[in-house]
Amino acid sequence: MKIAYYPGCSATGSSADYEKSTQAVCAALGMQMEEIRGWSCCGSTPAHAVDTQLSGALSARNLDLAARQKADMVLTPCPSCLSNLRHAAKRLENPEFRAGVNELLDEPLSENLPETLSVMQGIARAYDTDAIAARVRKPLAGLKLAAYYGCLMSRPHEVMEFGDPENPTLMESLLTACGAEMVDFPLKTECCGASYGIPERAMTARLTGRILNLATMLGVDAVVVACPLCQMNLDLRQQQAAKEAGVAFSMPVLYYTQLMGIAFGLAPSALGLDKLCVSADNLLRKLDQPAAYSKAPEGDKA
Amino acid sequence: MNDAIELSRMRDTDFTAAVDAQSGQRISTCYQCGNCTAGCPAGFVYDLQVNQVMRGVQLGLKNKVLNSRSIWMCLSCSTCSQRCPNNIDVAGVMETLRHMARKEGIVTVPKVDKFWTSFLATVRKYGRTYEIGTMVLYMLRSMRVFTDVDLAPAALAKGKLGFKPHKTPEEGAEAVGRIFKRYQERANRQGVRA
Repeated sequence: MKIAYYPGCSATGSSADYEKSTQAVCAALGMQMEEIRGWSCCGSTPAHAVDTQLSGALSARNLDLAARQKADMVLTPCPSCLSNLRHAAKRLENPEFRAGVNELLDEPLSENLPETLSVMQGIARAYDTDAIAARVRKPLAGLKLAAYYGCLMSRPHEVMEFGDPENPTLMESLLTACGAEMVDFPLKTECCGASYGIPERAMTARLTGRILNLATMLGVDAVVVACPLCQMNLDLRQQQAAKEAGVAFSMPVLYYTQLMGIAFGLAPSALGLDKLCVSADNLLRKLDQPAAYSKAPEGDKA
Repeated sequence: MNDAIELSRMRDTDFTAAVDAQSGQRISTCYQCGNCTAGCPAGFVYDLQVNQVMRGVQLGLKNKVLNSRSIWMCLSCSTCSQRCPNNIDVAGVMETLRHMARKEGIVTVPKVDKFWTSFLATVRKYGRTYEIGTMVLYMLRSMRVFTDVDLAPAALAKGKLGFKPHKTPEEGAEAVGRIFKRYQERANRQGVRA
Protein backbone atom coordinates (compact mmCIF):
# COMPACT_ATOMS: atom_id res chain seq x y z
CA MET A 1 0.00 0.00 0.00
CA LYS A 2 1.63 3.22 -1.19
CA ILE A 3 0.36 6.29 0.64
CA ALA A 4 0.60 9.78 -0.82
CA TYR A 5 0.46 12.71 1.60
CA TYR A 6 -1.37 15.97 0.89
CA PRO A 7 -0.50 18.50 3.64
CA GLY A 8 -2.77 21.35 2.52
CA CYS A 9 -1.78 25.02 2.53
CA SER A 10 -2.38 25.75 6.20
CA ALA A 11 0.33 23.19 7.02
CA THR A 12 2.83 25.70 5.61
CA GLY A 13 1.52 28.55 7.78
CA SER A 14 -1.19 28.79 10.41
CA SER A 15 -1.24 25.09 11.30
CA ALA A 16 2.46 24.32 11.21
CA ASP A 17 1.95 22.66 14.61
CA TYR A 18 -0.62 20.26 13.17
CA GLU A 19 1.80 19.38 10.38
CA LYS A 20 4.68 18.88 12.78
CA SER A 21 2.71 16.70 15.19
CA THR A 22 1.12 14.69 12.36
CA GLN A 23 4.55 13.90 10.95
CA ALA A 24 5.93 13.07 14.41
CA VAL A 25 3.06 10.73 15.32
CA CYS A 26 3.08 8.94 11.95
CA ALA A 27 6.86 8.50 12.19
CA ALA A 28 6.54 7.15 15.74
CA LEU A 29 4.03 4.59 14.47
CA GLY A 30 6.22 3.72 11.50
CA MET A 31 3.67 4.90 8.94
CA GLN A 32 5.28 5.68 5.57
CA MET A 33 3.84 8.55 3.54
CA GLU A 34 5.23 10.25 0.46
CA GLU A 35 4.31 13.90 -0.04
CA ILE A 36 2.64 14.63 -3.39
CA ARG A 37 5.32 16.40 -5.44
CA GLY A 38 4.19 19.82 -6.63
CA TRP A 39 0.88 19.69 -4.76
CA SER A 40 -1.25 22.82 -4.95
CA CYS A 41 -4.20 24.36 -3.11
CA CYS A 42 -7.53 22.45 -3.28
CA GLY A 43 -9.30 25.82 -3.51
CA SER A 44 -10.84 25.37 -0.06
CA THR A 45 -14.23 27.02 0.61
CA PRO A 46 -13.73 30.00 -1.74
CA ALA A 47 -13.37 27.82 -4.85
CA HIS A 48 -16.47 25.71 -4.29
CA ALA A 49 -18.41 28.78 -3.17
CA VAL A 50 -17.63 30.33 -6.55
CA ASP A 51 -17.77 27.41 -8.99
CA THR A 52 -17.99 23.63 -8.64
CA GLN A 53 -15.82 22.86 -11.66
CA LEU A 54 -13.11 25.31 -10.63
CA SER A 55 -13.04 23.58 -7.24
CA GLY A 56 -13.04 20.21 -8.99
CA ALA A 57 -10.08 21.12 -11.20
CA LEU A 58 -7.98 22.59 -8.37
CA SER A 59 -8.63 19.47 -6.25
CA ALA A 60 -8.34 16.85 -8.99
CA ARG A 61 -4.96 18.17 -10.15
CA ASN A 62 -3.58 16.85 -6.86
CA LEU A 63 -5.30 13.47 -7.16
CA ASP A 64 -3.82 13.16 -10.63
CA LEU A 65 -0.31 13.91 -9.34
CA ALA A 66 -0.85 11.23 -6.68
CA ALA A 67 -1.98 8.76 -9.36
CA ARG A 68 1.19 9.50 -11.35
CA GLN A 69 3.19 8.77 -8.20
CA LYS A 70 1.45 5.37 -8.25
CA ALA A 71 -0.22 6.03 -4.90
CA ASP A 72 -2.97 3.67 -3.75
CA MET A 73 -4.34 6.17 -1.28
CA VAL A 74 -4.04 9.86 -0.40
CA LEU A 75 -4.04 10.99 3.22
CA THR A 76 -4.60 14.56 4.34
CA PRO A 77 -4.80 16.03 7.84
CA CYS A 78 -7.18 18.86 6.89
CA PRO A 79 -10.96 18.21 6.77
CA SER A 80 -11.53 21.03 4.28
CA CYS A 81 -8.97 19.54 1.86
CA LEU A 82 -10.48 16.11 2.54
CA SER A 83 -13.95 17.38 1.73
CA ASN A 84 -12.83 19.03 -1.51
CA LEU A 85 -10.75 16.08 -2.71
CA ARG A 86 -13.54 13.61 -1.94
CA HIS A 87 -16.25 15.81 -3.47
CA ALA A 88 -14.15 16.18 -6.61
CA ALA A 89 -13.61 12.42 -6.88
CA LYS A 90 -17.32 11.77 -6.44
CA ARG A 91 -18.37 14.38 -9.01
CA LEU A 92 -15.81 13.11 -11.51
CA GLU A 93 -17.85 9.90 -11.76
CA ASN A 94 -20.19 12.02 -13.89
CA PRO A 95 -18.68 12.08 -17.44
CA GLU A 96 -20.07 15.54 -18.15
CA PHE A 97 -18.44 16.96 -15.02
CA ARG A 98 -15.17 15.18 -15.82
CA ALA A 99 -15.15 16.67 -19.33
CA GLY A 100 -15.72 20.16 -17.89
CA VAL A 101 -12.88 19.74 -15.41
CA ASN A 102 -10.55 18.34 -18.08
CA GLU A 103 -11.14 21.49 -20.13
CA LEU A 104 -9.63 23.51 -17.28
CA LEU A 105 -6.55 21.29 -16.86
CA ASP A 106 -3.34 21.05 -18.91
CA GLU A 107 -3.94 17.36 -19.58
CA PRO A 108 -6.95 15.11 -19.06
CA LEU A 109 -7.07 13.36 -15.69
CA SER A 110 -5.89 9.78 -15.24
CA GLU A 111 -8.76 7.31 -15.48
CA ASN A 112 -8.26 5.94 -11.97
CA LEU A 113 -7.58 8.33 -9.14
CA PRO A 114 -6.64 7.17 -5.63
CA GLU A 115 -9.14 7.53 -2.77
CA THR A 116 -8.52 10.25 -0.20
CA LEU A 117 -8.90 9.61 3.53
CA SER A 118 -8.05 11.67 6.58
CA VAL A 119 -4.75 10.93 8.29
CA MET A 120 -6.89 9.95 11.30
CA GLN A 121 -8.62 7.24 9.27
CA GLY A 122 -5.26 6.19 7.82
CA ILE A 123 -3.83 5.71 11.32
CA ALA A 124 -6.91 3.82 12.51
CA ARG A 125 -6.87 1.51 9.47
CA ALA A 126 -3.21 0.64 9.92
CA TYR A 127 -3.15 0.37 13.71
CA ASP A 128 -5.90 -0.99 15.95
CA THR A 129 -6.38 0.44 19.43
CA ASP A 130 -4.15 -2.27 20.94
CA ALA A 131 -1.31 -1.22 18.63
CA ILE A 132 -1.83 2.44 19.57
CA ALA A 133 -1.92 1.56 23.28
CA ALA A 134 1.29 -0.43 22.87
CA ARG A 135 3.08 2.68 21.60
CA VAL A 136 2.01 4.79 24.61
CA ARG A 137 4.87 5.80 26.94
CA LYS A 138 3.09 8.41 29.01
CA PRO A 139 -0.63 7.60 29.35
CA LEU A 140 -3.04 10.53 29.26
CA ALA A 141 -4.56 9.16 32.50
CA GLY A 142 -6.39 11.81 34.48
CA LEU A 143 -7.06 14.01 31.46
CA LYS A 144 -10.65 14.71 30.59
CA LEU A 145 -11.03 15.72 26.94
CA ALA A 146 -13.77 16.77 24.52
CA ALA A 147 -13.39 15.61 20.91
CA TYR A 148 -14.60 18.29 18.51
CA TYR A 149 -14.73 17.27 14.83
CA GLY A 150 -16.27 20.37 13.29
CA CYS A 151 -18.73 20.23 10.44
CA LEU A 152 -16.73 19.04 7.43
CA MET A 153 -15.12 15.80 8.56
CA SER A 154 -18.29 13.73 8.71
CA ARG A 155 -20.72 15.53 6.41
CA PRO A 156 -22.25 14.96 3.96
CA HIS A 157 -22.18 11.29 4.91
CA GLU A 158 -22.48 9.95 1.33
CA VAL A 159 -19.25 11.73 0.42
CA MET A 160 -17.23 11.65 3.62
CA GLU A 161 -18.06 8.16 4.98
CA PHE A 162 -16.59 9.03 8.35
CA GLY A 163 -18.88 7.03 10.62
CA ASP A 164 -22.04 8.54 12.11
CA PRO A 165 -22.35 11.99 10.49
CA GLU A 166 -23.53 13.59 13.73
CA ASN A 167 -21.68 11.41 16.19
CA PRO A 168 -18.31 10.31 14.85
CA THR A 169 -16.20 8.51 17.46
CA LEU A 170 -12.84 7.83 15.82
CA MET A 171 -10.96 10.50 17.77
CA GLU A 172 -12.38 9.12 21.01
CA SER A 173 -11.13 5.61 20.11
CA LEU A 174 -7.60 6.85 19.45
CA LEU A 175 -7.38 9.02 22.56
CA THR A 176 -9.01 6.45 24.84
CA ALA A 177 -6.30 4.05 23.67
CA CYS A 178 -3.85 6.72 24.84
CA GLY A 179 -5.42 6.66 28.31
CA ALA A 180 -7.59 9.80 28.24
CA GLU A 181 -11.14 10.08 29.50
CA MET A 182 -13.38 11.33 26.69
CA VAL A 183 -16.60 13.14 27.59
CA ASP A 184 -19.79 13.08 25.54
CA PHE A 185 -19.68 16.31 23.58
CA PRO A 186 -23.03 17.09 21.96
CA LEU A 187 -21.63 19.97 19.88
CA LYS A 188 -18.91 17.79 18.35
CA THR A 189 -20.06 18.29 14.76
CA GLU A 190 -21.55 21.79 15.04
CA CYS A 191 -19.94 24.41 12.81
CA CYS A 192 -17.32 26.73 14.36
CA GLY A 193 -18.06 29.58 11.92
CA ALA A 194 -15.35 28.56 9.50
CA SER A 195 -13.66 31.27 7.46
CA TYR A 196 -16.38 33.80 8.34
CA GLY A 197 -14.13 34.86 11.26
CA ILE A 198 -12.67 37.38 8.83
CA PRO A 199 -15.70 38.96 7.08
CA GLU A 200 -18.33 38.21 9.77
CA ARG A 201 -16.54 38.05 13.09
CA ALA A 202 -19.69 38.25 15.25
CA MET A 203 -21.17 35.12 13.75
CA THR A 204 -18.01 33.07 14.25
CA ALA A 205 -17.52 34.45 17.77
CA ARG A 206 -21.03 33.35 18.72
CA LEU A 207 -20.60 29.85 17.32
CA THR A 208 -17.18 29.27 18.90
CA GLY A 209 -18.48 30.77 22.15
CA ARG A 210 -21.12 28.03 22.40
CA ILE A 211 -18.53 25.32 21.91
CA LEU A 212 -16.08 26.81 24.42
CA ASN A 213 -18.86 27.41 26.90
CA LEU A 214 -20.02 23.80 26.83
CA ALA A 215 -16.44 22.52 27.11
CA THR A 216 -15.90 24.79 30.11
CA MET A 217 -19.12 23.61 31.78
CA LEU A 218 -18.10 19.99 31.28
CA GLY A 219 -14.82 20.73 33.05
CA VAL A 220 -12.56 19.29 30.37
CA ASP A 221 -8.81 19.91 30.31
CA ALA A 222 -8.83 20.59 26.58
CA VAL A 223 -10.89 20.55 23.41
CA VAL A 224 -9.32 18.23 20.86
CA VAL A 225 -9.60 19.09 17.18
CA ALA A 226 -8.62 17.75 13.77
CA CYS A 227 -9.13 20.88 11.66
CA PRO A 228 -6.78 23.87 11.22
CA LEU A 229 -9.64 26.34 10.89
CA CYS A 230 -11.52 25.00 13.95
CA GLN A 231 -8.27 25.23 15.90
CA MET A 232 -7.66 28.81 14.84
CA ASN A 233 -11.22 29.88 15.60
CA LEU A 234 -11.27 28.22 19.02
CA ASP A 235 -7.73 29.11 20.08
CA LEU A 236 -6.46 32.30 18.36
CA ARG A 237 -9.98 33.77 18.36
CA GLN A 238 -10.86 32.60 21.89
CA GLN A 239 -10.77 36.14 23.31
CA GLN A 240 -13.11 37.38 20.55
CA ALA A 241 -15.54 34.61 21.54
CA ALA A 242 -15.18 35.52 25.22
CA LYS A 243 -15.88 39.17 24.47
CA GLU A 244 -18.99 38.31 22.46
CA ALA A 245 -20.23 35.92 25.18
CA GLY A 246 -19.32 38.31 28.02
CA VAL A 247 -17.41 35.61 29.90
CA ALA A 248 -13.77 34.55 30.27
CA PHE A 249 -12.47 31.40 28.63
CA SER A 250 -9.21 29.62 29.25
CA MET A 251 -9.56 26.45 27.27
CA PRO A 252 -6.57 24.81 25.57
CA VAL A 253 -7.40 23.61 22.05
CA LEU A 254 -5.03 20.90 20.85
CA TYR A 255 -4.82 18.82 17.72
CA TYR A 256 -5.44 15.11 18.34
CA THR A 257 -1.96 14.46 16.96
CA GLN A 258 -0.44 16.70 19.64
CA LEU A 259 -2.16 14.65 22.36
CA MET A 260 -1.18 11.35 20.77
CA GLY A 261 2.38 12.67 20.54
CA ILE A 262 2.36 13.58 24.24
CA ALA A 263 1.12 10.06 25.03
CA PHE A 264 3.85 8.57 22.84
CA GLY A 265 6.39 10.46 24.93
CA LEU A 266 7.49 12.77 22.08
CA ALA A 267 9.11 16.11 22.96
CA PRO A 268 6.75 19.12 23.17
CA SER A 269 8.99 20.90 20.66
CA ALA A 270 8.39 18.09 18.13
CA LEU A 271 4.65 18.62 18.53
CA GLY A 272 4.55 22.41 18.15
CA LEU A 273 2.94 22.94 21.56
CA ASP A 274 4.61 26.37 21.73
CA LYS A 275 2.29 27.51 18.90
CA LEU A 276 -0.85 27.27 21.04
CA CYS A 277 -2.28 30.64 22.10
CA VAL A 278 -3.97 29.15 25.17
CA SER A 279 -1.09 27.28 26.79
CA ALA A 280 -1.17 23.53 27.40
CA ASP A 281 1.25 23.82 30.33
CA ASN A 282 -1.37 23.06 33.01
CA LEU A 283 -2.40 19.97 31.14
CA LEU A 284 1.22 18.80 30.88
CA ARG A 285 1.80 19.47 34.58
CA LYS A 286 -1.27 17.41 35.41
CA LEU A 287 0.20 14.49 33.49
CA ASP A 288 3.51 14.85 35.30
CA GLN A 289 1.91 14.90 38.77
CA PRO A 290 -1.15 12.69 38.41
CA ALA A 291 -1.28 11.96 42.15
CA ALA A 292 -1.89 15.55 43.13
CA TYR A 293 -4.99 15.69 40.95
CA SER A 294 -6.67 12.30 40.88
CA LYS A 295 -5.53 10.33 43.89
CA ALA A 296 -6.15 12.88 46.65
CA PRO A 297 -9.85 12.25 47.33
CA GLU A 298 -9.38 8.48 47.73
CA GLY A 299 -6.36 9.14 49.94
CA ASP A 300 -8.49 11.27 52.24
CA LYS A 301 -11.11 8.58 52.61
CA ALA A 302 -8.51 5.97 53.51
CA MET B 1 -41.52 36.79 2.89
CA ASN B 2 -44.24 38.47 4.88
CA ASP B 3 -45.08 40.81 2.04
CA ALA B 4 -47.91 39.79 -0.22
CA ILE B 5 -46.67 37.62 -3.03
CA GLU B 6 -48.39 38.01 -6.37
CA LEU B 7 -47.66 34.61 -7.87
CA SER B 8 -49.28 35.20 -11.23
CA ARG B 9 -46.84 38.04 -11.78
CA MET B 10 -43.73 37.00 -9.86
CA ARG B 11 -43.54 33.32 -10.62
CA ASP B 12 -40.62 32.17 -12.77
CA THR B 13 -40.96 28.43 -13.40
CA ASP B 14 -37.79 28.38 -15.51
CA PHE B 15 -35.89 29.40 -12.40
CA THR B 16 -37.28 26.45 -10.42
CA ALA B 17 -36.29 24.08 -13.23
CA ALA B 18 -32.82 25.63 -13.52
CA VAL B 19 -32.13 25.23 -9.79
CA ASP B 20 -33.24 21.59 -9.97
CA ALA B 21 -31.01 20.95 -12.97
CA GLN B 22 -27.91 22.71 -11.63
CA SER B 23 -28.13 21.32 -8.11
CA GLY B 24 -29.26 17.84 -9.17
CA GLN B 25 -32.00 17.97 -6.53
CA ARG B 26 -35.79 17.64 -6.72
CA ILE B 27 -36.83 20.67 -4.75
CA SER B 28 -40.53 19.95 -5.28
CA THR B 29 -40.16 17.15 -2.69
CA CYS B 30 -39.60 19.69 0.12
CA TYR B 31 -42.70 19.66 2.33
CA GLN B 32 -41.59 22.45 4.66
CA CYS B 33 -40.91 20.41 7.81
CA GLY B 34 -38.37 23.03 8.90
CA ASN B 35 -35.63 20.62 9.99
CA CYS B 36 -33.10 22.56 7.89
CA THR B 37 -33.94 25.82 9.60
CA ALA B 38 -34.00 24.24 13.07
CA GLY B 39 -30.44 22.95 12.71
CA CYS B 40 -28.87 25.83 10.79
CA PRO B 41 -26.00 27.42 12.78
CA ALA B 42 -26.10 30.57 10.65
CA GLY B 43 -29.87 31.11 10.73
CA PHE B 44 -29.55 33.95 13.20
CA VAL B 45 -27.91 36.13 10.56
CA TYR B 46 -30.22 35.10 7.67
CA ASP B 47 -32.90 37.34 6.17
CA LEU B 48 -34.73 34.32 4.72
CA GLN B 49 -34.56 31.09 6.71
CA VAL B 50 -33.45 27.99 4.79
CA ASN B 51 -36.96 26.54 4.51
CA GLN B 52 -38.15 29.91 3.17
CA VAL B 53 -35.41 29.83 0.56
CA MET B 54 -36.55 26.34 -0.43
CA ARG B 55 -40.15 27.52 -0.65
CA GLY B 56 -39.07 30.52 -2.68
CA VAL B 57 -37.37 28.24 -5.19
CA GLN B 58 -40.49 26.05 -5.42
CA LEU B 59 -42.58 29.14 -6.10
CA GLY B 60 -40.13 30.48 -8.67
CA LEU B 61 -39.44 33.69 -6.74
CA LYS B 62 -36.12 34.26 -8.43
CA ASN B 63 -35.47 37.85 -7.40
CA LYS B 64 -36.40 37.26 -3.80
CA VAL B 65 -34.14 34.23 -3.48
CA LEU B 66 -31.11 35.46 -5.45
CA ASN B 67 -31.14 38.77 -3.56
CA SER B 68 -31.22 37.18 -0.12
CA ARG B 69 -28.26 37.56 2.24
CA SER B 70 -28.73 33.99 3.39
CA ILE B 71 -27.16 32.39 0.32
CA TRP B 72 -23.92 34.29 1.12
CA MET B 73 -23.94 33.59 4.84
CA CYS B 74 -24.45 29.80 4.53
CA LEU B 75 -21.46 28.07 6.13
CA SER B 76 -21.74 24.94 3.95
CA CYS B 77 -21.77 22.76 7.08
CA SER B 78 -24.40 20.44 5.51
CA THR B 79 -26.39 20.00 8.73
CA CYS B 80 -29.54 20.77 6.70
CA SER B 81 -28.70 18.18 4.04
CA GLN B 82 -27.99 15.58 6.71
CA ARG B 83 -31.32 16.11 8.44
CA CYS B 84 -33.62 16.52 5.43
CA PRO B 85 -36.21 13.73 5.59
CA ASN B 86 -36.53 13.83 1.79
CA ASN B 87 -32.78 13.59 1.19
CA ILE B 88 -32.52 16.95 -0.50
CA ASP B 89 -28.96 18.25 -0.45
CA VAL B 90 -30.16 21.60 0.89
CA ALA B 91 -26.62 22.95 1.33
CA GLY B 92 -26.00 22.04 -2.31
CA VAL B 93 -29.08 24.05 -3.29
CA MET B 94 -27.83 27.05 -1.27
CA GLU B 95 -24.49 26.77 -3.07
CA THR B 96 -26.20 26.53 -6.47
CA LEU B 97 -28.19 29.70 -5.68
CA ARG B 98 -24.99 31.52 -4.73
CA HIS B 99 -23.38 30.43 -8.00
CA MET B 100 -26.41 31.66 -9.96
CA ALA B 101 -26.46 34.99 -8.15
CA ARG B 102 -22.69 35.54 -8.62
CA LYS B 103 -22.82 34.72 -12.30
CA GLU B 104 -25.56 37.32 -12.74
CA GLY B 105 -23.53 39.83 -10.76
CA ILE B 106 -25.91 39.86 -7.77
CA VAL B 107 -23.74 40.04 -4.65
CA THR B 108 -25.80 40.88 -1.59
CA VAL B 109 -22.95 40.50 0.93
CA PRO B 110 -19.93 41.94 -0.92
CA LYS B 111 -17.42 41.48 1.91
CA VAL B 112 -17.88 37.71 1.82
CA ASP B 113 -17.39 37.64 -1.94
CA LYS B 114 -14.34 39.90 -1.61
CA PHE B 115 -12.80 37.56 0.93
CA TRP B 116 -13.24 34.60 -1.39
CA THR B 117 -11.87 36.37 -4.46
CA SER B 118 -8.89 37.67 -2.44
CA PHE B 119 -8.15 34.12 -1.34
CA LEU B 120 -8.43 32.80 -4.89
CA ALA B 121 -6.24 35.60 -6.25
CA THR B 122 -3.34 34.38 -4.09
CA VAL B 123 -3.93 30.78 -5.14
CA ARG B 124 -3.95 31.86 -8.77
CA LYS B 125 -0.61 33.58 -8.34
CA TYR B 126 1.27 31.15 -6.11
CA GLY B 127 -0.60 27.85 -6.49
CA ARG B 128 -1.05 27.73 -2.74
CA THR B 129 -2.82 29.95 -0.23
CA TYR B 130 -0.79 32.85 1.06
CA GLU B 131 -2.43 33.87 4.30
CA ILE B 132 -1.00 37.37 4.80
CA GLY B 133 -1.46 38.09 1.11
CA THR B 134 -5.12 37.11 1.35
CA MET B 135 -5.65 39.37 4.36
CA VAL B 136 -3.93 42.37 2.78
CA LEU B 137 -5.86 42.00 -0.47
CA TYR B 138 -9.10 41.56 1.43
CA MET B 139 -8.50 44.66 3.56
CA LEU B 140 -7.78 46.72 0.47
CA ARG B 141 -10.73 45.44 -1.54
CA SER B 142 -13.23 45.67 1.30
CA MET B 143 -11.81 48.92 2.75
CA ARG B 144 -11.86 47.17 6.14
CA VAL B 145 -8.25 47.87 6.99
CA PHE B 146 -8.56 47.08 10.67
CA THR B 147 -9.92 43.56 10.18
CA ASP B 148 -8.52 41.32 12.92
CA VAL B 149 -5.72 43.70 13.92
CA ASP B 150 -6.45 42.62 17.50
CA LEU B 151 -5.22 39.16 16.54
CA ALA B 152 -1.99 40.32 14.96
CA PRO B 153 0.18 40.30 18.12
CA ALA B 154 -0.74 36.73 19.06
CA ALA B 155 -0.65 35.50 15.48
CA LEU B 156 2.78 36.98 14.94
CA ALA B 157 4.21 35.91 18.30
CA LYS B 158 3.13 32.33 17.65
CA GLY B 159 4.43 32.35 14.09
CA LYS B 160 0.91 31.64 12.83
CA LEU B 161 1.30 33.65 9.66
CA GLY B 162 3.85 33.00 6.96
CA PHE B 163 5.26 36.25 5.61
CA LYS B 164 6.64 34.69 2.51
CA PRO B 165 4.30 33.19 -0.06
CA HIS B 166 4.82 29.48 -0.69
CA LYS B 167 5.08 29.20 -4.42
CA THR B 168 4.16 25.73 -5.58
CA PRO B 169 7.28 23.92 -6.83
CA GLU B 170 7.62 21.75 -9.94
CA GLU B 171 5.89 24.36 -12.13
CA GLY B 172 2.77 23.81 -10.01
CA ALA B 173 2.08 27.52 -9.56
CA GLU B 174 2.08 28.02 -13.33
CA ALA B 175 -0.22 25.00 -13.83
CA VAL B 176 -2.69 26.39 -11.28
CA GLY B 177 -2.48 29.82 -12.94
CA ARG B 178 -3.52 28.19 -16.23
CA ILE B 179 -6.54 26.51 -14.54
CA PHE B 180 -7.73 29.97 -13.47
CA LYS B 181 -6.99 31.45 -16.89
CA ARG B 182 -9.07 28.81 -18.68
CA TYR B 183 -11.84 29.20 -16.10
CA GLN B 184 -11.88 32.95 -16.70
CA GLU B 185 -11.92 32.50 -20.48
CA ARG B 186 -14.80 30.07 -20.24
CA ALA B 187 -16.80 32.47 -18.07
CA ASN B 188 -16.10 35.24 -20.60
CA ARG B 189 -17.33 33.04 -23.46
CA GLN B 190 -20.49 32.29 -21.50
CA GLY B 191 -20.93 35.96 -20.67
CA VAL B 192 -21.04 35.36 -16.91
CA ARG B 193 -19.02 36.71 -14.00
CA ALA B 194 -16.09 34.39 -13.18
